[in-house]
Order: sequence, then structure tokens, then C-alpha cells
Amino acid sequence: MQGYIYPNEYELQWSLLIVLYPYLTGLVAGAFILASLERVFNVKEVQPTYRLALLTALAFLIVAPLPLQAHLGHPERSYQIFLTPNTKSAMAMFGFVYAWYLMVVLLLEIWLDYRKDMVQWAQASTGWRRWLYYGLTLGATDLSPRALRFDESAGRWITIIGIPSAFLLHGYVGFIFGSVKANPWWSSVLMPVVFLFSAIVSGIALVLVLYMLTTMFRWQKIDMPCLDKLAQFLFYALVVDASLESLDFIHRLYEAEESIEILGQLVENRLFISLIVLQVLIGTLIPLIALGTTSPALRKGGMFRTPPDLRQLIYLTSAVFVQIGIFSIRWNVVIGGQLFSKSLRGLTVYKVELLGIEGLGMTIALLVLPFAILWAIAKILPPWPESEAVRPAAPQTA
Amino acid sequence: MTPDGARPSGSGEVTPAQGGSPVDRRAFLGHVIEAACAGSPLLLGVVKLPALVAQESGGYDATEHFYGMGVDVTKCIGCARCVAACKIENDVPEEPYFFNTWIERYVLRPDGRVEVDSPNGGLDGFPPIEDEGNVLRTFFVPKLCNHCENPPCVQVCPVGATFITEDGVVLVDEEYCIGCRYCIQACPYGARYMHPDKRVAGKCTFCYHRLVKGKVPACVEVCPTGARVFGEVEGRATPLAQFMRFNDLQVLKPNLNTRPKVYYANLDVEVR
Repeated sequence: MQGYIYPNEYELQWSLLIVLYPYLTGLVAGAFILASLERVFNVKEVQPTYRLALLTALAFLIVAPLPLQAHLGHPERSYQIFLTPNTKSAMAMFGFVYAWYLMVVLLLEIWLDYRKDMVQWAQASTGWRRWLYYGLTLGATDLSPRALRFDESAGRWITIIGIPSAFLLHGYVGFIFGSVKANPWWSSVLMPVVFLFSAIVSGIALVLVLYMLTTMFRWQKIDMPCLDKLAQFLFYALVVDASLESLDFIHRLYEAEESIEILGQLVENRLFISLIVLQVLIGTLIPLIALGTTSPALRKGGMFRTPPDLRQLIYLTSAVFVQIGIFSIRWNVVIGGQLFSKSLRGLTVYKVELLGIEGLGMTIALLVLPFAILWAIAKILPPWPESEAVRPAAPQTA
Repeated sequence: MTPDGARPSGSGEVTPAQGGSPVDRRAFLGHVIEAACAGSPLLLGVVKLPALVAQESGGYDATEHFYGMGVDVTKCIGCARCVAACKIENDVPEEPYFFNTWIERYVLRPDGRVEVDSPNGGLDGFPPIEDEGNVLRTFFVPKLCNHCENPPCVQVCPVGATFITEDGVVLVDEEYCIGCRYCIQACPYGARYMHPDKRVAGKCTFCYHRLVKGKVPACVEVCPTGARVFGEVEGRATPLAQFMRFNDLQVLKPNLNTRPKVYYANLDVEVR
């Protein structure tokens, strides 16, 4: 502790779990927006990642509310958010935004996209798998051209609705922080937009990593045009994200409000590693330079011609660095915003618990869980390009 | 504590828990039906809850009051009797870092430096000032929930567990709070905390259970110098009305438009 903090501020209110929550929802929104690139904006190169992106969004969305639930003082009362929401509260809308996104957008889009395959897999399988796939089709087994055309067009419309919904999902998480006027580190109209673009960045980077790893571990050849396109979009999203972050930073410095002194101390003494080193240097500058020079973002074929193998390595490393950077952003927002006193006179500290419901162990478990869920979903609904299509064979497993 | 919870005890009823005879099934069903009949006008909005509470709390009518507090900074001697009284009266956890009210000491140095401290909320007294010859001014400031007219804590509560009563007091329904801590984040004054045992938000209630009995908050009652003044914000000839009339008033962080109802007289610009 340094300086003066209000006596009630000794206990940090929102822990590591709350860092995880915007991180997870960001990945959901970002992965979905990547999927919509192919569906709505006809970026055909990224087609091999379409289904993987959708399933990734679903796996992470399932886990997203768990850190919130685990963090509540009375988790058994959490259903009250649905039953008696305070309509003036930003947080009260969580349940509705979440339910809308899960039910109306993600599940429906995945179902429409997989329906044809599920029918064919059901016909080609035996035993419980057959019943499983029949069950998943919900009895809609019509594969006539008319029915398939309907799937396609309905899926497209849902994606169109899905894009603003994904914006809503994560922009809203930014609003939860950005609307807290008591906290000068959070209170910013840019917060929802910054959250949104960082979400897109993290989602693209995650799908890029997952696509590369799953393709490699299935001993398949990586589709380089697809990977180049992903890297290109990752670069663009990163440029917008970094510009917005810089704008926020410059705006604060220029306005130099009452809080500027303590926020300066905060960055210098408490967030130096997580903000300057991890977020800015490792999470933003290095990937920007790496992707800007090697991907086809600024020049067709890249500024420097690189062999595909090297490019893959650069993309993978950049995407991992981006993930570290985005997690640091969430840390810097959530924990950073609580490390200084609202008296603007002092700094406090946060010690991460190792065990316990809000500890490091739980956080790691909740970070691993979406991957386990994704693995399970991919077993049932393989997202791989070669499993798609009309092949009557039983689906390939991961 | 809810308005319901603030009802004066001793209304003559004896519950089984207090040693009365246990309610049999028929009587219980009767109570359920009665409660349902009594509750339906409430749900329909025909009868207003405060009016009912007023009937049941010995004639106390919340709609007739609008409370606030005045604090004269020059009168506070930093004895923290208010802090102690509050902890006892309201079952505030004894360990440090949970306070409905606390005392801050400000030491202003000639070179412009400001030192603030509040060790254990002021309960254990304050350590001697270092470099005593080099002090421009020093004073104590009692802090508590400002019972804002435009409270961000009430706005953000996702389930409406924290609310403003008709008489202008910000309370938390402990049976309803889900413990998300958003209100604690939203309070600009650091006046809320997470109750370590109840796992719900804790805060100053203006001793609502005393108000409905016509008493002043415990902190006001024990203050030896009259630094705290309690009463009606508007209209009536209460000590607070007089305090507000004869002092230049300030509130904390007015730029945030929370419209606090704790009014300070002789407050230094350094106090946040």
C-alpha cells in the first residue's frame, strides 16, 4: 500500500475471475465476427475456419458466465437477475444479452449450418451415434434443394443479426466498466469500443492458433491463403485496436483531469509489466511489426517474402503474443482499476490467491474448460473442412 | 436492512422461535392464504408498501420524512466514538477494513503536501504527527455513505437489492443481494464493503431501525462535540435545517452529480 486509501478499499472487490470474464466473452465475440467474414462478407479464403470459429465461440460462451457465478457472494440467488432485473442496471442486462446470443444467434446458426451434415451422418452411422445425430436434427431431415436453400439463407440472416449481437455482447461488457463514473480508470466512452476491437483481435488470434494446431495434429496441410488472410485481418484489427487504445491514452493525458496524477503512478508502479511490457510491447508492437511485414496486409505477398513455414511460425507466435496482450488488457482494466483509491491519494496491491474459488487454480481450470468443451463438440460436430460436404462416411473424429 | 426489517420489535406477537406454541398445519395454511390475500393488492399496486410499513411500524410514515446529515468539520475532534458506536449498533464486523463510517485525519504541510490517514477507521486513535513544527493545518473529517439522491450504487445493482427509501435513505436488502459487488465499485466514496459473513454489500443505514422509532443515528447520538447533525433536509425546523441555513455547505465530489445528502460545513478543498 502506498499513500491513503479509504478503509473499505483494502479488500479488492473483483478478482482474477472477473479478469477472465471479459477475456472469455471477447474471444466469443471475436471468433463469431471472424466466422461472419466468410458468411456475410464473402471472404472465401477463411472458409476453412468458419465452423471452427463458430464452435470455438460456442465453447467459450458456455464457460463465460461461470467465473461470474463463482465470484458471487450468493451464487444461489443469481437467477434473480432474470426474474427481477433492475432495468436501470447495465449488469442486469447480462442474462438477456447472453441468452439472446446463445439461443438466437450461435446455436441456431450452428444448427442450420450442420443440419445437412447431421442428417447424412445419422444415415451413415449406427448405434447411439445414429440416434444422437437424429436427435440433433430435431427431426428436420428434409434435404431437398429447397430446404437446403432455406438453411443457407436463414443462416446468412442469422449471421447478419449475429454481427450486431456480437458487438452488443462485448461492447456491453465494456459498458459495464466504462459507465462507472466513480472510477476514472474505467469511466470512458471509448471503453465499449476498445473492448470490442480487442475482442475481434483476440478472437481472430485464437482461431488462427486453433486452426494451425488442429490442422497440424490431424496431419493435414495448412491452407496458406486462409492463414495469410487470417493474419491480414488480425493485423487490421490490431491496428484499429491499438489506435483506439492510443486515443484513449492521449485523451486522458491531454485532458489531465484530477485523477491523472494517481493514474500516472498506477501505470508506473503497479502496471508497468502488464501494461507497458505485456500489453503494449509483446501484445501489440511486436505482432504489429511481425504481421505488418510478413502478412499480405500492407503489400500483396508481404513486405518481405518469407517461406510458408517461416510465415506459419511468425503468425503462430504473433497470435500467441496477441493473446498474452489481450489477457493483459483485461487484467489492466479490471485489476488496474482497483489498484488505486477513489480518494485519488494512494495505491493498493492485489495478491492472487493460489487455491480457492477465486484463485489461480480455478482461473486456469476455467481457461482450460472451453478447450475441453470444444474438443467434445468437435468430436460430435467435426468442424474440419474434409468432414464437411456430402461424404456419407461416418464423421472423422478429432 | 429493509424497511420491513426495520420494523420495531415487540409488537406483542410471539413466534414459535421465541418460545410460543408451534403453528399447526391448518393454522399455517390459514396464514398462507391470509398472506396471499394480503399480498395481492401489493402486487396489483393498489396498496403502496411504505404505507403498509407505516401502519405496522407504530405510525411511522416514511413519506413524511426526507433525511440527511450535516457534518461540521471544525467540530470533529477525531475521537471516533461515532465509529465505535456504529460498529456496535449495526453489527459491523470488528476487524479493520469494514466501516459504515470512519474518520480521516488530514495534515496539510506548508509546501502543499497533503497527508491523510485513517488507521482502523480512527478507532484506535491516530499516531502523533511527524515533523509537528512543519504543519500548516490539520483537521478530521468524518465519512459515511452520502445517501445520495442520485446514487450510482442503486443504479447499477442488477437485481434492485439496494434501493432508496421514500424518506431518502439508501439501504441494502440482505435477503436479496446476490453479492456481485458492482455497487461497491460504483460508489465514489468508498462507503460500501462486502460483509465477510453475510456475503452481501454492507453500508451505513442512517440507523434506519432507530429512525423509525424517532431516534437519531447512533453516530450522531454519541458525538461529544455535535459535529454530526441529523434531521430533515427540507421544510421542517430540525437541527439539520438550522445547520444548513447558517453554514456554507459543501458535498463530496459534486462533479459526479450524485447529489449527496451528507452536507459538510467548513470542508477543505483537499477532502475527497
